[in-house]
Amino acid sequence: MSEPASVPRATALREIHEKAGATLVDFAGWLMPLRYGSETAEHKAVREAAGLFDLSHMGEIRLSGPQAAEALDHALVGHLSKVKVGRARYTMITDADGGVLDDLIVYRLGEREYLVVANAANAPVVSAALAERARGFDVEVSDESADYALIAIQGPRAVEILAPLTDANLDDIRYYAGYEHTVAGQPVLLARTGYTGEDGFEIFVRPAAEAPRVWEALMAAGADHGLVPAGLSARDTLRMEAGMPLYGQELTAELTPFDAGLGRVVKFDKDGDFVGRDALEKASRTARARRLIGLVAQGRRPLRRGQEVQRDGVTVGTITSGAPSPTLGRPIAMAYVDGDLDTATGTFTVDVRGRGEAVDVVELPFYQRQS
Amino acid sequence: MSVPTELGYTAKHEWVVVKDGIATVGITAFAAESLGDIVYVELPEAGTEVTAGQTCGEVESTKSVSDVYSPVSGEVVEVNGALEDAPETINTAPFEDGWLFRARLSEEPTGLLSAEEYTKLTEGEE
Repeated sequence: MSEPASVPRATALREIHEKAGATLVDFAGWLMPLRYGSETAEHKAVREAAGLFDLSHMGEIRLSGPQAAEALDHALVGHLSKVKVGRARYTMITDADGGVLDDLIVYRLGEREYLVVANAANAPVVSAALAERARGFDVEVSDESADYALIAIQGPRAVEILAPLTDANLDDIRYYAGYEHTVAGQPVLLARTGYTGEDGFEIFVRPAAEAPRVWEALMAAGADHGLVPAGLSARDTLRMEAGMPLYGQELTAELTPFDAGLGRVVKFDKDGDFVGRDALEKASRTARARRLIGLVAQGRRPLRRGQEVQRDGVTVGTITSGAPSPTLGRPIAMAYVDGDLDTATGTFTVDVRGRGEAVDVVELPFYQRQS
Repeated sequence: MSVPTELGYTAKHEWVVVKDGIATVGITAFAAESLGDIVYVELPEAGTEVTAGQTCGEVESTKSVSDVYSPVSGEVVEVNGALEDAPETINTAPFEDGWLFRARLSEEPTGLLSAEEYTKLTEGEE
C-alpha cells in the first residue's frame, strides 16, 4: 500500500492566482501557478519589462543568537561570518560526504541574525540539519517558512515599478543585499536578488496574510509598465537561460559543488571545521567526474531532461534541464558530461527519442543581461 | 473553451472533419491550452498510411511532449507545413490554421464523439 497522496498546500496568494486564470500545479507539495496564459509571453515580459512571481513555497529559516555566524560557518560551505549586515550570499549545505543537500541564499539581517532561504522541497531537511548542526552553539534556529510569503519582481522595469511603493531608495540596495523596508506600507525584507538573470527584487512578507495586498499594489503600480504575473514555467526557462542550477536537476546529493562547477562557494579558509570539509577538500583536489555544459540545438525540436548527449555517436553525458529558449529562439539544455571530455572537437548530438538532433556546445550562461 | 459543432472528436483530443473523402485532422483548443505554448510539431509525411487510434506524430510544448493519435485510417495527402515555422498557430487557431494533416480515407471513421459528448468529457478533466 502506498501512502495516500497529500493535498498540496496553498500560498496566501492562491485566490489571486485563480482570479488571474492561472494553471495551478502541485510543485514540491505546494499548489503553485505554472502559467497564467502564455509562458513564452511571461518569459519575454520579464526580459523586456517585468514579471511578478509568487515564491511563497520557498523555505525561510532564521538563526538568531550570539553565535549565529559561527553556527552557519560550521553548518554550511560558505563563510557566513564574513558577510556584512544587509548583504546576502549564495551558498550550499552539504552532507559529510560533500553531496549537496540544497543550495541556499543567506541574508545577514543583523550582527546576530540570519535568514536562510531554502528550496521548497528541501526546507524541512535544511531546517532539521541546521538545528542539528547548531547544537553546542549559542543560537536559536526557527523554521519560519509558514510565516512568510515571498514575492519577486524581476525585469528591467522592476525599479521604476517598485520605487513609488517603497520607503527604500532602491539605488542604495546593491545586488545581493537586503534590508528591512516597507512596500505598500507593509514592513518587509526587501532584497535585490532573484533567479531570472534580470535585475529585480525579492520581497519577504510577514505575516503571509499581507501578501495579497502587496501583490495587488505591485500589479497596480506596474499596470502601465508591462508588469505581468509570471509562473513557474517562465521561471524555469529564465533560470535556464541564465545558466542557474536547479536543485534536483543540476544539483543533487550525489554531486559535490565542484562537480557542478560551483566549487567557488566552498570556503576552506574559514576558521574551524565545517560539515563536509574533508570530503570537499578531497573533491577539490581530484579531477571532476562530471562537468556541466550548455547545449544549443541546431533545429527546433526541444531538448529534455534525461536525454543522452553523444559525441561522434558515443554517449558522453545526460541532459539535466532542457527547454526551448524564448530569448534565443532555439532549444537549449544543460548537461553533465564526463569531466575530461574535450568539447572543442567532435560532432555533438542529443538522442531525442531515437533521433540524433545536432547541437552546439556553448559557454554558460546562454543569456546575460547588458548592464 | 470553444468546441465547434461541425467537427468530430476523439477522447484523446483530436478533431476531424471529412469532406469529399478527405479528412482534415487537428488537436482541440482544450488540448492546446492544456499543453501550453506549442513549440514543435512532428507530423506524418505525405504518402504515409495512418491507422485510426495509432500515434502518427508529436506535439511539444515548453514543458511536455504529447503524442498525436490519428482519428482516421487512410493515406496522408497533405501536411500543414506552415506549422514548422509557426507551431504556435496551434495555440492561436487550433480549429483553423492550426490543422495538422489531411488524409484520404480508406474507410469511414467510427467512434468519433460529437461536440456535445467531447465537451462533457473535457469538463470532467478541467
